[in-house]
Amino acid sequence: MKIDQDARYSDEHEWVRAEGDLFVYGISDFAQDQLSDIVYLEPPEVGDVFEKGDAIGVVESVKAAADLYLPIGGEIVEVNEALVDAPEVMNSDPYGEAWIVKFKASDAGEFEGLMSAGDYQKYAEEAHE
Amino acid sequence: MSAYLPQTEDDLRAMLETIGVPSLEALFEDVPQACRYPEVKLPKALSEMEILSELYRMAQNNSTTGCFATFLGAGAYNHFVPSAVPYLAGRGEFLTAYTPYQPEVSQGTLQAIFEYQSMVAELTGMEVVNASHYDGATSMAEAAIMSYNAARGKRGKVLVSPSVHPQYRQVLRTYLPGGQLQISGDEDLKAGLEDLVEMLDGDTACLIVQNPDFFGQLLEVEGLADAVHAAGALLVVVANPVHSLGLLKPPGAYGADIVVAEGQPLGAGLNFGGPYLGVFAATMKNVRKMPGRLVGETVDTEGKRGYVLTLSPREQHIRREKATSNICTNQGLIALMAGMYLAYMGKQGMRAVAELCYQRAHYAAKEIDRLEKYKVLGNRPFFNEFAVRCPLPVAELNEKLLEAGILGGYDLADDYPDRENQMLVCVTEMNDRKQIDHLVETLAEIG
Repeated sequence: MKIDQDARYSDEHEWVRAEGDLFVYGISDFAQDQLSDIVYLEPPEVGDVFEKGDAIGVVESVKAAADLYLPIGGEIVEVNEALVDAPEVMNSDPYGEAWIVKFKASDAGEFEGLMSAGDYQKYAEEAHE
Repeated sequence: MSAYLPQTEDDLRAMLETIGVPSLEALFEDVPQACRYPEVKLPKALSEMEILSELYRMAQNNSTTGCFATFLGAGAYNHFVPSAVPYLAGRGEFLTAYTPYQPEVSQGTLQAIFEYQSMVAELTGMEVVNASHYDGATSMAEAAIMSYNAARGKRGKVLVSPSVHPQYRQVLRTYLPGGQLQISGDEDLKAGLEDLVEMLDGDTACLIVQNPDFFGQLLEVEGLADAVHAAGALLVVVANPVHSLGLLKPPGAYGADIVVAEGQPLGAGLNFGGPYLGVFAATMKNVRKMPGRLVGETVDTEGKRGYVLTLSPREQHIRREKATSNICTNQGLIALMAGMYLAYMGKQGMRAVAELCYQRAHYAAKEIDRLEKYKVLGNRPFFNEFAVRCPLPVAELNEKLLEAGILGGYDLADDYPDRENQMLVCVTEMNDRKQIDHLVETLAEIG
């Protein structure tokens, strides 16, 4: 199981990384592994504003469909449209090319409230067992 | 005890004991005495032979379209049903099959639905077709909800043309969840396509038009989809009568996002008003917002062809609270009959029937228009229905036609107050020249 040490994590197996004034968001390696082959992504739209914990979109694999939850409230400023055409990239490069959205946090302090890479590693390992 | 009641005296006693009631009489104590065992005044019992003869006599009071020259359409159409369709659809394997809850053991049903979907996709020029809805009107209402969901609930207005079937517009209003969606466009019953295009805005989820429209007229569809898409909305086309697709450019070819239709004319007969068949087709772009069941073809681990219910997370299995629609049932048997009809007719057959409808309707319109006191209305090309201005109220006219063995057209004044004395006449392949001439002569005599 790969963990991006620069990112922080939600208990729904999503990662968030700080990038300048913005935050980048995607699903973890553990999440993509559990979902198996991902075939569909429905992202939000630029300009959408969400509260912490809101469902912002859907990811669908050959065996499941799951909502995407934004662990920090904010406004979507960029959507990875290339990922909509090639959702399978979420399986191969979940922390890199498969970022889903970039957003502007309404309270950047919430970032610190997410799990650290180390804590998430333990959390995901427990979930795996 | 009667052979038709499965409980023995012992069963009854055991049940009464369990619930602690001493007798049947005590059980029904709360029912007022007078209502408990009312005397039913039935004639004395008849033998099977006698009862059949009595039922036959009663059935003779029914009339069917076969008893008349039928010129009534307006949403339900009198077409020939080849004997092969009811014969095959009546086979026990098809007739008694229930919804494919366990798809892997319902391969025959799924294959039939898949073939229906495939042929309807060709007919409408669309990429994906669902397993069907209850009827054309509910299909249209589902299309409005799908448009709303395709816009992620951000567009709350549904524009509907006043020349969409009045009953479809009524169903739209009863069907849509209260408060979420605003329906407009048909406040002014004379609003034309240009007026509707003017009304498109950033809050419009879809524009619903019927082509040919309720009065039988073909719409000017050139550029319509572009205008709708420019406003960010979806174009929903009600393709009634569905046989028009045998002749006309399919809605998929002029940019429709959702196509719905009444599938009854495809081999189902008129059936005294139901069951009918809701045809529903869309583009792949919005397939995940599509309501209803969808059957797909795939291969199993051994590479053999098989059928599955595909994309089902959309509706009921995993994300039912997020589903566009929780209608998961379909008109299985009627869709099966439509599939059989389309397979039986083939592309050439559908075209031939459509041509017959078109030519006979045009012959009828020409002959009626020649009559001094009647006028065929409308300035657009038409398929097989047209409005006629009559010299007397349509209800009166129809009574006189009925005496002459003719089931007359639809009274447009019922739904369009400014169309007093206007009759919507429908001509199909079932109306031969003799019938049409008889109609024209009778109209002339009445007028």
